Amino acid sequence: MPKLTVNGIEVEVEAGATVLQACEEAGFEIPRFCYHDRLSIAGNCRMCLVDMERAPKPIASCAMPAADGMAIDTQSERVKKAREGVMEFLLANHPLDCPICDQGGECDLQDQAMAFGGDASRYTENKRAVDEKHMGPLIKTVMTRCIHCTRCVRFATEVAGVPDLGAIGRGETMEITTYLEKTLASELSANVIDLCPVGALTSQPYAFVSRPWELNKVESVDVMDAQGSNIRIDARGGQVLRVLPRLNEVVNEEWISDKARYAIDGLRRQRLDQPYLRGSDGRLHPASWPEALEALRAAIKKARPAGMGAVIGDQLDAESIFAVKTLMDKLGSPHLDCRQDGAKLDGKRRASYLFNSTIAGIDEADALLIIGSNPRLEAPVMNARIRRRWLNSDIKIAHIGPEMDLTYPSEWLGEEAELLAGIADGSHPFAQLLQQAERPMLILGSGALRRADGAAILGKARQIAEQTGMTGKGWNGFNVLHNAASRVAGLDIGAVPSKGGMAVAEMLSAARAGSLKLLWLLGADELDLAGLEKCFTVYQGHHGDAGAHAADLVLPAAAWTEKNGLYVNFEGRVQQGLRAVFPPGEAREDWAIIRALAELLGVNLGFDSLDELRQMLCASHPQFAELDEITPAKWGKFGSTARLKGGVVEAGLTEFYMSCAISRASQTMAACRKAAGQPDAAQAAE
Amino acid sequence: MSIEALIAEEQPESFAFTAANEKEIKRILAKYPPERKASAVMPLLDLAQRQHDNWIPMAAIEEIAKRLDMAKIRVLEVASFYTMFNLKPVGRYFLQLCGTTPCMLRGSDDVTRCIKDKLGIASGETTPDGQFSLLEVECLGACVNAPIVQVNDDFYEDLDYDSTARLLEALAAGKPPAPGSVAGRQGSQSAAGPTSLAGLKPKKARTARKARHA
Repeated sequence: MPKLTVNGIEVEVEAGATVLQACEEAGFEIPRFCYHDRLSIAGNCRMCLVDMERAPKPIASCAMPAADGMAIDTQSERVKKAREGVMEFLLANHPLDCPICDQGGECDLQDQAMAFGGDASRYTENKRAVDEKHMGPLIKTVMTRCIHCTRCVRFATEVAGVPDLGAIGRGETMEITTYLEKTLASELSANVIDLCPVGALTSQPYAFVSRPWELNKVESVDVMDAQGSNIRIDARGGQVLRVLPRLNEVVNEEWISDKARYAIDGLRRQRLDQPYLRGSDGRLHPASWPEALEALRAAIKKARPAGMGAVIGDQLDAESIFAVKTLMDKLGSPHLDCRQDGAKLDGKRRASYLFNSTIAGIDEADALLIIGSNPRLEAPVMNARIRRRWLNSDIKIAHIGPEMDLTYPSEWLGEEAELLAGIADGSHPFAQLLQQAERPMLILGSGALRRADGAAILGKARQIAEQTGMTGKGWNGFNVLHNAASRVAGLDIGAVPSKGGMAVAEMLSAARAGSLKLLWLLGADELDLAGLEKCFTVYQGHHGDAGAHAADLVLPAAAWTEKNGLYVNFEGRVQQGLRAVFPPGEAREDWAIIRALAELLGVNLGFDSLDELRQMLCASHPQFAELDEITPAKWGKFGSTARLKGGVVEAGLTEFYMSCAISRASQTMAACRKAAGQPDAAQAAE
Repeated sequence: MSIEALIAEEQPESFAFTAANEKEIKRILAKYPPERKASAVMPLLDLAQRQHDNWIPMAAIEEIAKRLDMAKIRVLEVASFYTMFNLKPVGRYFLQLCGTTPCMLRGSDDVTRCIKDKLGIASGETTPDGQFSLLEVECLGACVNAPIVQVNDDFYEDLDYDSTARLLEALAAGKPPAPGSVAGRQGSQSAAGPTSLAGLKPKKARTARKARHA
């Protein structure tokens, strides 16, 4: 642990820390452009120059390892001059177009020029001009503004794992570009916009939309996947304008996926803003809330508890799930399910459906088996963490499922489910690798769990975990990777069929046969809803997607940006999302709709406000009271010991950009899909 | 300079190394540990350029990237960084004219003017018949014999307006003169002949020493 002094203040930093980090530790801010905590050190912007005792000239603090006994001066006249000089060189070729630059107001160059630069320019020559580059539908480029910090190049190469970006040419003609200007083929591509310290890479969909000081900033949680990435929602005048990542070291660090960032334009399209009721002519007609709720009350009365079922969608908040569960219990209906994908998880043993190692635990794993999941599409930010682990260690990675490019080499064991039996009994060579590993880990995806023999696969996975020493001694490497933001909350609350209840698939076939009289879909769109004529179908949600089209009654609800709610990510971490804007038109928050319905049905749910609902939720499930924390789950028996059925294991998701009602309504996501070479949605639907 | 301006408009569909070069690649790759084979990128680019009329097509860049397990953009970065790699077709005689200070002081401007007069091309241009290309480059490292023009692999030194004209004529006729000083001096010896100790001969020097000893 080297000890050094910065401006006379003694600091002790970790071995391997840089002088820049030591200065930060001592409380002195060092200006920088190319240096970034999570990227390799480039040392090419020279903005971080500081004086070191006995050094003939200023040193680049970002690239100099801190050593014992160093005496650093960050406030000398020479440092001040050096910073002014570097800034003058950077600005020599930087256009003075701040008034029309989207980075204005949140620009590192602007801020640091104010803080550390000179007062006027001495440069009267022509500035260089650079052609714009094509980097796909998300990244707008104004390359004349580029200062060649190469943060974007390092991000694409190191974090995203798609080495498409590079700097061609040299000296004044150096330019950042993709190879032959192809789209940056990463699910994390838009993070380069945040990394860019100037306005060279800005957000294409957000171009010229707003200035940062006009925005209302709200801290929330992403629901596009189940990782629960921490986000900041920026809104103005009732519209969500952009989503940015928020730092959380143990969840998403400071990245978010392109879908989390850009599916938000889907929140403005195809919204349900008033109740609709299917008339005798077979068409949906606008209705008032009293009419709609009365129709639902009558249908529930007619269907009887045994004849009604409810399906929880993938983005519902925990409070609403709890409210539905309470209502269904009070009505006496056992047909409630939160597993839209049909995963065979009964929710009885908490360890059986959590990502037990936690996301941060990936940094310790030394062997990894992925079963029926494509983490690159299902949780891109977590996948970047696995990639980093692969870069920094000799972790062995293999997967069972379709062949895929995960941005790191992963041994493809095959796609047959029987392989699991071989690994469980130790006859497969990879089983030995898992056994030899100190911290082995497996990731079980919904591609495996939703199979008809999902319970047997779960059992085999538990067997593998126990056989290869994944559990015990402060380590649990048994991980389930969910794709739905609401899934873990649903399983925690117990939103699964109780005794005699039907799961989603059974409910749908019963509805087709006519034995289920009422099907209540709470934001559930990812189902085959054809042939439900015999059943009174109610869709409560925010988008006119599959569910609303099949419904006889549509209840408009709030999207996740429009309500306060708790979400539990796949680790079991409870996080709070806050309301950024109000729901459009007549749309109401889900819990309030359920509360109003209960009133009509004469059922007392025991709460009148969201606060009371939360108190009830925390009282019956104490882990919800621990915000941002993980309550470790106890290991035990789960899964079935039945034989595997054979056949192939699929990946959980095969489609990244359009996987929920919001992203399917998003034009930006459609453009991304097209740029990625996938057929557009209209063609896919045919 | 955008990528379109940097590379040739017309690119061949494919690129394959010749059998002789395949052997050479084997020899080059043997110099590096397998996990560091990306180090061979510059020798391979050079091979590709020599094989392909003194310029590197994108197909060759992709071929090299594949062989060395590198991202294509990484190979392009290297190829576009060094002026010695041509990403566009050049003439049969690729003239690299040094214009750095010592050459400029010794009259490289005259050489430039001569090339412009005789061939009608400026830096970065190629004659319509495809015989000559000119590129002004930075120091070629032969300042003692300035000014210099490098023609393909050979240096022609001590040029002035007239000798440059003669050199161009000889090249156009397909008879390249012997490389080196066109003024006829050996290596980098003084252009005016020996200037110091001129009167001394080795033999006399020996007698002088003897005399001193005596």
